[in-house]
Amino acid sequence: MSAVLDRQEISVLSVEGLTVDFDVKGRSVNILSEVSFDLKSGETLGIIGESGCGKSMTALALLRMIPSPPGRITGGKVLLNDEDLLKATKNRISSIRGKEISMIFQEPMTSLNPVYTVGNQIVETIRRHKLISRSKALEEAVELLRMVQIPAPDRRISEYPHQLSGGMRQRVMIAMALACSPQVLIADEPTTALDVTVQAQIFDLLKEIQEQNGTSIILITHDFSAVTEMADRVLVMYAGHKIEEGTLGQITDEAKHPYTRGLLRSMPEIKSDPNEYREPLPEIPGAVPDLINRQEGCPFGPRCSFAMAKCLQMPQSYALGENRSVKCWLTQQENAA
Amino acid sequence: MSESGHNSALLEVEDLKVQFKLKRESLLSAQPILHAVDGVSFIIDRGKTLGLVGESGCGKSTSGLALLGLVTPSHGKLLFDGIDLSSLKAEQMFPIRKRMQIIFQDPYSSLNPRQTAGDIVSEPLTIHQVGMLGERKERVSELFAMVGLRQNQKELYPHQFSGGQRQRICIARALALNPEFIVCDEPVSALDVAIQAQVLNLLCKLQDELDLTYLFISHDLAVIQHVCDEIAVMYLGTIVEKTTRRQLFNEPRHPYTKALLSAVLQNQESKRTERIRLVGDIPNPINKPTGCRFHTRCRYAEDVCRSVEPKLAEKYPGHWEACHFETE
Repeated sequence: MSAVLDRQEISVLSVEGLTVDFDVKGRSVNILSEVSFDLKSGETLGIIGESGCGKSMTALALLRMIPSPPGRITGGKVLLNDEDLLKATKNRISSIRGKEISMIFQEPMTSLNPVYTVGNQIVETIRRHKLISRSKALEEAVELLRMVQIPAPDRRISEYPHQLSGGMRQRVMIAMALACSPQVLIADEPTTALDVTVQAQIFDLLKEIQEQNGTSIILITHDFSAVTEMADRVLVMYAGHKIEEGTLGQITDEAKHPYTRGLLRSMPEIKSDPNEYREPLPEIPGAVPDLINRQEGCPFGPRCSFAMAKCLQMPQSYALGENRSVKCWLTQQENAA
Repeated sequence: MSESGHNSALLEVEDLKVQFKLKRESLLSAQPILHAVDGVSFIIDRGKTLGLVGESGCGKSTSGLALLGLVTPSHGKLLFDGIDLSSLKAEQMFPIRKRMQIIFQDPYSSLNPRQTAGDIVSEPLTIHQVGMLGERKERVSELFAMVGLRQNQKELYPHQFSGGQRQRICIARALALNPEFIVCDEPVSALDVAIQAQVLNLLCKLQDELDLTYLFISHDLAVIQHVCDEIAVMYLGTIVEKTTRRQLFNEPRHPYTKALLSAVLQNQESKRTERIRLVGDIPNPINKPTGCRFHTRCRYAEDVCRSVEPKLAEKYPGHWEACHFETE
């Protein structure tokens, strides 16, 4: 009993104060600003935000894949089972990539190599991390393709990426990512390039795999409906800051940050009984700030309808319980009152 | 121009087919033909919005392009305000193009990076020789105000704008000639959610103010539900269901529509009905399945579906469906 509880409470990956800067035209631009979160074993953490908010950058920073120069990780810790990945040697990090932490990218066509067969690419991943023969690895690859529900896997294994449909390619990507049964799977917009019916298939597959292997998933997306479908906990990002964190229920029902609330309201949603009249959607005015000319204070301030004088200073993150935090002055006032 | 033309159909499409001829595999083999749009008919009333929804490759964008003559239909009748477009020559088509415009999906590739925003918006006016230079300038200012861009942004180049603002430039360009009909081809798909709402609100507002007629193409059912009066669901080049918005979302009939609706990930509060999961992908439009195109993925498929293609029929007043079976 306690063993089961323990297992759920163990955090596999814990990120503390991750900060990334980019050098742009001789100036240092802050892209990620002290992002912290914990990922527990077997859970799904959704990271949501608009383009340019730093969600993909977070994923790349975890595996030290930020192009450098111009990028630099200037602070923080990434602890995988208490080992700091930011301090690990190059050899160590490349043995972690694909084995302990693997990644699925948004566009399956560009992330598969067009001149190698699907089988070749999966075998390469397997043999990179395991000392087994080519034929043995090929057998494993067929098994993986079967696991991700590709029909006729022994035939598909010798096909090239262009012979597969978008959904199939994404399944191949997932098979590759799962080749060494990683503890953490980072899915960076895994279904954005796919059709809705195929998208639902991929989510079902990811959930099934998670149930079988107890994999922890970080789902990065701009689509709130994908988060509600998959995630246990949610992290909302804006302009490089983690502005709100909470369980899925806390974010959908009791969002505190004005940006999260605005984001939720502005989404057109399928209603079971549509009105005859189309009402204007509540919109968030303006656009995301330019990170190169970052202004002082809360990055959302200029678009926020609750903005006050205080917002010209950066609020700190207020913890409202375990894994629940909001970066907004309003929350501080509420707490004080 | 007739009396009956007012307050009724602006655009009538009958049995539209678009085929693309592909490369032969060898010299003697038959030329493969891709049936992108395969017999589509619909009517759009003045001031209304028809939504075309479907997965990628179902022919929704090609239908939109064919209406504007941007691809040549191989068969079918296109009536725009009573004028048969398919019989017109290029020079006869020219004045009609003024009245129909298009907004593309990707505001990054549909704007010339070497033209300023002001030049982009005034180009249609120049091409169609509308007014004098001063009048054109005035019109551009008016358009910028209409779509919510600042006057001092006229001198900027596309790369200096954000995605949402670029889409506003595209909308201003489409509105320049006072069109009656606009094809909106996935106008918000490339934009962030918060910006999507801004652009959708703008499109709805402009429609009400300028009495525009839209053909709204999207794969996103939530967006379609928000803006459309009537909706046609497409699958592999044909319309499988067509009805009013209310009817489609309350009582979807076709198995594909139902699957599409249930695949749309719903928010938690909404009732979790039984999920219909489609297996497999859309079949290849070069070798489309015989009989009903959907039978390879349909869970109700029977023998008749594999051999006979169902026709789009009015199953209920105002509710058209192409399926052999009655849904309960």
